[in-house]
Amino acid sequence: MTTKTSCGGVALDVEGLRMRYGTTDVLRDVTFRARHGEVVALLGPNGAGKSTTIEILEGFRLRSAGRVTVLGTDPAHADERWRARVGVVLQSWRDHGKWRVRELLTHFGRYYVPYATEAVPRPWDADELLAAVGLSAQAGDKVRTLSGGQRRRLDVAVGLVGRPELLFLDEPTAGLDPRARYEFHDLVHRLAADHRTTILLTTHDLAEADKLADRIMILSGGRIVADGSAADLARRAAAADEVSWTREGRHFTHRTGESTRFVRELFLEHGEAIGDLAVRRASLEDTYLALVREHGTGSGGAAGAGAGQKAVAAR
Amino acid sequence: MTTAHPMNTVLRAGWSRGVIELRQTFTNGADLVSHLLWPVLMLTALYFMRDREFGSSGLLLGSLALPSILGMNAAMGMVTMSQVLTAEREDGTLLRAKATPGGMRSHLTGKVVTVAGGLVADLVILLVPGMLLIDGMAAGSAGSWLTVAWVLVLGMLATLPVGAILGSLFPSARSQGLIQLPIMAMIAISGIFYPVTSLPDWLQLVAQATPIYWLGLGMRSALLPDAAANVEIADSWRHLETAAVLGAWAALGLALAPVVLRRMARRESGSGVAERRERALQRVG
Repeated sequence: MTTKTSCGGVALDVEGLRMRYGTTDVLRDVTFRARHGEVVALLGPNGAGKSTTIEILEGFRLRSAGRVTVLGTDPAHADERWRARVGVVLQSWRDHGKWRVRELLTHFGRYYVPYATEAVPRPWDADELLAAVGLSAQAGDKVRTLSGGQRRRLDVAVGLVGRPELLFLDEPTAGLDPRARYEFHDLVHRLAADHRTTILLTTHDLAEADKLADRIMILSGGRIVADGSAADLARRAAAADEVSWTREGRHFTHRTGESTRFVRELFLEHGEAIGDLAVRRASLEDTYLALVREHGTGSGGAAGAGAGQKAVAAR
Repeated sequence: MTTAHPMNTVLRAGWSRGVIELRQTFTNGADLVSHLLWPVLMLTALYFMRDREFGSSGLLLGSLALPSILGMNAAMGMVTMSQVLTAEREDGTLLRAKATPGGMRSHLTGKVVTVAGGLVADLVILLVPGMLLIDGMAAGSAGSWLTVAWVLVLGMLATLPVGAILGSLFPSARSQGLIQLPIMAMIAISGIFYPVTSLPDWLQLVAQATPIYWLGLGMRSALLPDAAANVEIADSWRHLETAAVLGAWAALGLALAPVVLRRMARRESGSGVAERRERALQRVG
């Protein structure tokens, strides 16, 4: 059995993944890999197919075509043993409202007892886990009395109770207030740092992806259009730096992917005449918007999935 | 630790799930009311029927109705099962089970424990005061309780899997309410409140296809004196036929339920739950 000690190993391997609903391709050709211990964010506008992708990887949805391997197994044919190694954080709504917090965690922990190994003791002790997600004070409360942020942390705890090697988080902070969001980010950081859990999360919030992930993949128009660290992506030429200056009392701006060379040439040509020079590097946000505009759903993501996907076909 | 076989774990987790949820229904106000409301209504109805005779048979309507109502209650497990499954599909409980190793089987085990346990509890809640209120019962012997037991067990085997199938077929808790209507119709013709022999022949035939009729008959056979069989079809308790019809429903349900449930479970996904949540919230807002 593969264990997470094989650190350089591939946890997620997706090639040519396609998902078609009726005549609409939601995913056209999604290809990526993630190594064990990596935190990867799948970023994209609403309707880009993030949830569809993550549900296929979770084994909750059957794909139309392509090869998908998650922890060495095709999730479409995975067994309970595989299920025990994968954690899924679901967005709870009102399920298990009458259960008490610790009672629920202890209950879900029971299912993982047969899947304990020497390397990975399962399940995670309920009290320890409650402390880790900051819910110790609520251990005896009924689930339905929790606040939105507390419920989301309980969702994470339920996803973690089997000590998964791989954790899926679909839009984990949707609907959280800023403070709950901050606490949640802190929790994800600790998971990745202390437990070497591989994490795949989806979000449409750029700042969140930047904050949480080692690597960001931008999904747009049914494809991964960019893949790299936040710094990598910001350096990408998809978005241009903005150079502005004044000469002979007039104000100029110019957009360029190679601002350093442009400025050198500017000075060679005009020398002392240049004043008020400013170079604004393309931010991650500029890159993201440029990529989504270029590959993307055309409608800027505001429209539903259907309308968005159609615009792509023209590309 | 190494002795924990996955299947044992699943069954034990399912059992504990069922017990926890059963306990919950007796420790919060809303659920307690629903446990008690129905028996109170039924007992009130029985109280006013207790002195009325059925025709010239010398039998009291009240004593005919009490065991029939017990039988009907057991059949109502079908409705409870389907409602619970639909509701838990809608709110994401089933998806959570699906994300857990062995979770689906355990969830179903738990539901059977909760629903069956709730039925037995409701039966006792109705039966104990009912026996004090109503004369003309013959429930003294061990034999009558044995009959109650087998009719009840077979009856639940006949109704709970069918309930689970119905619960898997309806897309939302709202549309699920529709199955209440045919069930009400079944109750109306099944001889629960009035002996079936006073119905037209063709309706008697329809009634005999339902498990509700046979559950009622089985309960009457257990709790009424033998002479009361005179108002039944063929002047007999027809135990063999009872076992045969309930057995047939059980076989049908148990054969179909895994297929239907598996198909339903395969379709559950986060976005499906999210969609249903959106729709449900729109209804409220």
